[in-house]
Amino acid sequence: MADRFPSPFDITTPPGAEGWQELYSYSSVFSEDRRDYEESMFWFMDGVHTPEAIPPWDATILEFAIIVLSQYNTRHYLIPPALGVDLRFLNGYMYLSPVGVTDPAEIEARVPHFMQRAGYYFEHWDELYASWMDKVRVLIGELEQIRFQPLPEKEDLEVITGGLGTGSGPELLAQYNRLVELTLKLWNYHFEFLNLGYVAYLDFFGFCKQTFPSIPDQGIAKMVAGIDVDLFRPDDEIKKLALLAIELGVDDVFDGAPAAALEAIAERPGGARWLEAWAKAQQPWFNFSAGSGFYHSDKVWAENLEIPLGFIASYIAKARRGESLQRPIQAVEAERDRIVSEYAELIGTDEDRATFQAKLGLARTVFPYVENHNFYVEHWGHSIIWRKMRELGGIFVKEGFFSGPEDVFLLGRNEVPVALFDLYHGWAVGVPSRGPKYWPREMKRRGAIMDALRAWSPPPALGVPPEVVTEPFTVMLWGITSDSVQQWLGGADTDGTLTGFAASPGIAEGPARVILSADGISDLRDGEILVAPLTAPSWAPVFSKIAATVTDVGGIMSHAAIVCREYGLPAITGTAFGTKTIKTGQRIRVDGNTGKVTVLS
Amino acid sequence: MGRIVWFERYTHADRADVGGKNASLGELTGAGLPVPPGFAVTASAYAQAREAARLTGELAALVAAADPGRPDTVAQAGGRAREMVMSMPLPDRLEAEVREAYARLCEQCEMTDVPVAVRSSATCEDQPDASFAGEHDTYLWVRGAGEVVSHIRRCWASLYTDRAICYRRHMGYPEAGQAMSVGVQKMATPRAAGVAFTLNPHDGDRSQIAIDASWGFGEAVVAGEVTPDSFLVDKVLGEVGRRTVSHKEIEYRLTDQGRVQRAAVDQARQDSPCLTDEEIKAVAALARRAERHYGCPQDVEWAVDTQLPAPGNVLLLQSRPETVWSRKPRQQASAPGGNYMTSIVSTLVAPLHARPRAAGDR
Repeated sequence: MADRFPSPFDITTPPGAEGWQELYSYSSVFSEDRRDYEESMFWFMDGVHTPEAIPPWDATILEFAIIVLSQYNTRHYLIPPALGVDLRFLNGYMYLSPVGVTDPAEIEARVPHFMQRAGYYFEHWDELYASWMDKVRVLIGELEQIRFQPLPEKEDLEVITGGLGTGSGPELLAQYNRLVELTLKLWNYHFEFLNLGYVAYLDFFGFCKQTFPSIPDQGIAKMVAGIDVDLFRPDDEIKKLALLAIELGVDDVFDGAPAAALEAIAERPGGARWLEAWAKAQQPWFNFSAGSGFYHSDKVWAENLEIPLGFIASYIAKARRGESLQRPIQAVEAERDRIVSEYAELIGTDEDRATFQAKLGLARTVFPYVENHNFYVEHWGHSIIWRKMRELGGIFVKEGFFSGPEDVFLLGRNEVPVALFDLYHGWAVGVPSRGPKYWPREMKRRGAIMDALRAWSPPPALGVPPEVVTEPFTVMLWGITSDSVQQWLGGADTDGTLTGFAASPGIAEGPARVILSADGISDLRDGEILVAPLTAPSWAPVFSKIAATVTDVGGIMSHAAIVCREYGLPAITGTAFGTKTIKTGQRIRVDGNTGKVTVLS
Repeated sequence: MGRIVWFERYTHADRADVGGKNASLGELTGAGLPVPPGFAVTASAYAQAREAARLTGELAALVAAADPGRPDTVAQAGGRAREMVMSMPLPDRLEAEVREAYARLCEQCEMTDVPVAVRSSATCEDQPDASFAGEHDTYLWVRGAGEVVSHIRRCWASLYTDRAICYRRHMGYPEAGQAMSVGVQKMATPRAAGVAFTLNPHDGDRSQIAIDASWGFGEAVVAGEVTPDSFLVDKVLGEVGRRTVSHKEIEYRLTDQGRVQRAAVDQARQDSPCLTDEEIKAVAALARRAERHYGCPQDVEWAVDTQLPAPGNVLLLQSRPETVWSRKPRQQASAPGGNYMTSIVSTLVAPLHARPRAAGDR
């Protein structure tokens, strides 16, 4: 077995992707300039958020996310043993490298600051979180306010009579800058609480593992997990709509094509009431991505109504079969209470029991943020950002720069102002811009590069693995542990088994269905086992169909893990090779207690 | 107490007269746990028989004279003592009472000559600080009243095995007043059997139930003659967390002649798990009930019976306090004097997954 992964400098460019580096920030690609440093680090591919090659503008959000995560660790809270996470794009895929503080004296020096700063947040968590909810809604409102207007033939008279002293050209540039600025701010908000939330969870986790060395990870997660979580709201809303359709006697309109249902229902008595509820549910809950939210191509419900309509149809069918649609909230709640009180009862001393309760209390205080932020940032916020960018793309289309609004995502974040300037320049001077000649050619080239990058298979990691992975967020969020690194080095087990995290208990056997992206989820049949690179919250409706889940990436707090525990389905996350090893139709056995997947036939 | 007492008629409070093992069976039966039925021949019954034969003083003096440092003296004293017990006449009434109780057990089980286990239950056994594990004799698959009576006598004699004498001396138990109760219990016919601890014996984790299981009668597991399948079940979640299926070459099973005999496990079963998941969970639930009843970690013996229908086929044969971890003080996990932030810092600086694993874990 190899003891290291390939050096990033040994990775060659796939044919047809030559020049890919120019599509990303010069600071975000491997280069001879920092070769010594870069070769000394361990890099893992972030398949949790970005399993596919990343279009140039989409890279913006990833750069923002990772820089802010880092900034909070390093400069805001001074997490004693952890600095930030470094980022590189390689052949269009994102590789991350957690940076630890190695000097014990420096760790020691960061401790008092961390205690003061993190302590402040923990002690004022509820009020700070309430204010976060206000802040993020204001920010989302500001994003909605962004307007990209085509440049007019002539400025309005009011510009003159109002003595404005500026005009549409600068405004167009300013609106784009504003969008970038708000996006960065959104990501600042994202990490304002998240790192601390994980810290509190890990602290409770550590205490449980110390008291009960063999306690399953999911036992700990079950004690902390929230029951009324915003991330489940979109799914709850469409269930309610399905039940309302039955109640109003208009459910038969969903038997045909989803798109036709809205027109048909308007004609029906009771249809108006249903449409009113439908409209109400959309704001904000349909700002929900069918993917991780990190790709502009992830389908958002609000813009692809056939997705929620399709789910409503399948829920109606389920309700007609007499199955209950509602999550068994009371049962889940009672079970959570039972688990907590039984573990508490098994603790040896009253003092430890008090510590257990206190740590559980803190973990539960922070957890709503950990569970809910994702809806506000990756779903709601991103939906608007992608929509606004498409509006901007539309202006370029109108001016002949692009053939479609999606082309805008093939530009890097700092290329957009340059193209806008070209447009502004041609408009201001009254001459042709270069764009209409330049960009169509360039788009063709970039499109081919992206196709070549998408066809490439990124190695799971690069460089020298650390002896032991200790960086808490790497373990918690990405599910990277010493064990998973060893497993990657060894490749898949040779005896037809795969190992991952035992993320949700139970054992299931059934035919596998390998689904590589959200577009494929409609192929799933009842009783199949979902095998996917990762799952997204908006896949929720499929969890009532399937028997178990296997993912390539993710830890015990990944989406698939949370949802499967919720639905009582076995889940194994972080198998690394699940979608590569398992074929659709094979019978597999998923043991969510041990983390083993076995291919039976 | 009388000389014969049924399991359901006494509790742990009567342990001075029925011994630790029997006391536990009575207690568990009373708690509604699925214990095969049976009765105890009390220590008073033994003491009366010994008294009637005027052997009390003589036996104590004989054994007290042996020098544990010189095995030959122990062997000599032990041999004499056992002979004396084996040949001592039984008071008539006692023998009649045993025969009567056995007849009632046969009736209750709807069997003629119901097979029973005849077990020693010394009054000094199963103290929290001394297990006396395997110091005294147990006889399996005893059938017929005459056989039962003679095996009761053998159990009494096993109070004077060389190892029991040495063990008592080593532990500082006085010879005077040593008595032996005997349990007579319907035998299960196990497809699989074994032991369960209501903690993880590797690290003392109280949230886990560790099950060792193998084919046939539990003796192979108890005596360590086979590497058993082993399962770790979370007490609270009820899930099987770790499972190791071992290569099991021998088992104790019933021969056609009604003997319990060591035999080779047929090839097909050697590497198969001897319990289904449902059975593993049922054994764990049973152990947990015993622990809850006693309020402290237990070491239980169990069997999955071939004669009974599921789910009532998982039987509890024995439950005694766990002696290894129970003697250690519980480790305090909370850092003394620190506030929650200090603990958070230590979690961050030395994350659990970077700390050395407890010995034997994994």
